Amino acid sequence: MNADYLELTDLTVSFDGFVAVDHVDLTVLQGDLRFLIGPNGAGKTTLIDAVSGLVPATGRAEFGGQDLLGRKVHRIARMGVGRTFQTATVFEELSVLQNLDIAAGSGRSAWTLLRRRRGVPPSVAEAMETVGLTELADTPAGILAHGQKQWLEIGMLLVQDARLLMLDEPVAGMSGEEKEQTGHLLRRISADTTVVVVEHDMDFMRAFAKSVTVLHAGKVLSEGSVAQVQADPLVQEVYLGPGSHTAEEAAIVLGEGV
Amino acid sequence: MSEFDTAASRVSALRGRWAVLVGFGVAAVLLFAVAPAVLTSFRLGLLGKYLCYAMVAVGIGLAWGRGGMLVLGQGVFFGIGAYLMAMHLKLADAGADGVPDFMALISSSGVPGWWEPFRSGWVTLVAILVLPALLAALLGLATFRRRVRGAYFAILSQALAAAFAILLIGNPTATGGSTGLNNFVGFFGFSLRDPVNRQMLYFIAAGVLLAMLLLVRQLMVSRYGELLVACRDSEERVRFLGYDPATVKTVAFAVAAMMAGIGGALFVPIVGIISPNDVGIVPSIGLLIGVAIGGRTTLAGPVLGAIAVAWAETSLSEQFPSGWTYAQGLMFMLVVAFLPGGLASLGAVRGLRRKIAAADPTVAAETADGDPAPVPATEPRHAHGGAQA
Repeated sequence: MNADYLELTDLTVSFDGFVAVDHVDLTVLQGDLRFLIGPNGAGKTTLIDAVSGLVPATGRAEFGGQDLLGRKVHRIARMGVGRTFQTATVFEELSVLQNLDIAAGSGRSAWTLLRRRRGVPPSVAEAMETVGLTELADTPAGILAHGQKQWLEIGMLLVQDARLLMLDEPVAGMSGEEKEQTGHLLRRISADTTVVVVEHDMDFMRAFAKSVTVLHAGKVLSEGSVAQVQADPLVQEVYLGPGSHTAEEAAIVLGEGV
Repeated sequence: MSEFDTAASRVSALRGRWAVLVGFGVAAVLLFAVAPAVLTSFRLGLLGKYLCYAMVAVGIGLAWGRGGMLVLGQGVFFGIGAYLMAMHLKLADAGADGVPDFMALISSSGVPGWWEPFRSGWVTLVAILVLPALLAALLGLATFRRRVRGAYFAILSQALAAAFAILLIGNPTATGGSTGLNNFVGFFGFSLRDPVNRQMLYFIAAGVLLAMLLLVRQLMVSRYGELLVACRDSEERVRFLGYDPATVKTVAFAVAAMMAGIGGALFVPIVGIISPNDVGIVPSIGLLIGVAIGGRTTLAGPVLGAIAVAWAETSLSEQFPSGWTYAQGLMFMLVVAFLPGGLASLGAVRGLRRKIAAADPTVAAETADGDPAPVPATEPRHAHGGAQA
């Protein structure tokens, strides 16, 4: 088995006594496309905040055999951990090419940095092709459509050489066709990386997830394939309220095939 | 298609390089041929003084315009450069082991020990290049690492300028107090009374300014320049790409400080006096206003703005001695309210429109009804701060 997998052990994040992530154990293997779902406030985003170094946490978060906790954000990024945010954050005044070139360059020497970029680095050209933005290379990122910004962000993760990609609601605000393209893109990327997606969009989750973890109140409620999770009575209770539910009811929230 | 696009961007880069070359050529002709021919030696000396301000402005343009650091206290670095030079000139005027005139007047304890190294011209020159940059680097690392930015950084830098002026005033025996240091006779062996030497100083200032512009131009078009803009617009995002924005910003801050220090050092022989009035809060803000008016994100804007404001200050205060401060404040307000990118943005707005129209027409259409087109950032925008459950 490849060592590039994410393993969270007893991960806990608390803000002034409020426990947002509560002793979570989670393993995501390379090649997996793991969806984190759960109601609002379940701790999904906080969990990836903790792994990427944005909020302090206790426990262990290992990637590639090294503990990520306690390291600075940019150090964690250099270890191959990349993430996106709920609202696409790109450098609006720089072009698509410049955005990707910066993402590709954290290891550059001072000498390289002080010189002008000549041509398009191969990894950047490849990423532009993959996310379909080649035509817009010289367009300022600020005037891209919403979906294109999200793709640019994914492209930035690719050239950053991230081996663990954590995406926070990547398809929010996208049209059906854009979601479809994004899903296929994530499938392709996840072939040789570890991908974690926080998502509220159940249709998207059902169509593209390889595995699913349901969080509720900071704890892991259920884990498994899409079908297993949908069939889990605990999950149905969280999403639909206590009591027994018909398959139709569950299908409304959790999708068909229950 | 990538061939086409890189060819297009190469053409535009080439055109930009030509425009810059032509601009430099015109500036050189104006500074080295036209100005000495048409200006009296008094006016040429004044222009030399404005060029020194312009050096500070080039640095502010880099740190503030490109890096988003609102440096309100560049007077500190300007002052360090200036006082180092002034100390050397006073010591050199006093002769070997001599005591500068003002010290002999107000104290009998002789030259303070920390003045002694600056008897040497070389030590002084190195100190002028190194000390302001070093101080800025330490300050930058200490503050940017702690994510002090925006208004807090501005207040901090301004407080530093105030403290520096107070320190100078509080030590009259070593710094000349509120009178400052003046009455210099020689400059590295050349008499400052000789008009030829004074003209040479002007030429040095003009040459140094052009060299600084070339340096900043290189920084702006380099990958570092792109990274600096990225730090300005979204520091948090840069961090998640594996860079430490504190380092990136510190480099720009240190370069700006070095430029201010050199400007200060040349100011002393050209103007003939340095006092706390030239380094405190008011002159620090005055420098910034020139940059804001000229256009802080551009290469030439800060220089032209600083020279124009300094020139306006001289001519207006010749006629209305007390009116200048109000005029300056008014100009600043007008620019901030109606032209946040400065006068240079008048041309840039047109350029941007062309660029948007040239891009994918559907993108242009979406821009028209959806997202606002990017405007020169008035405030460093910050990304996602807190955590969300």
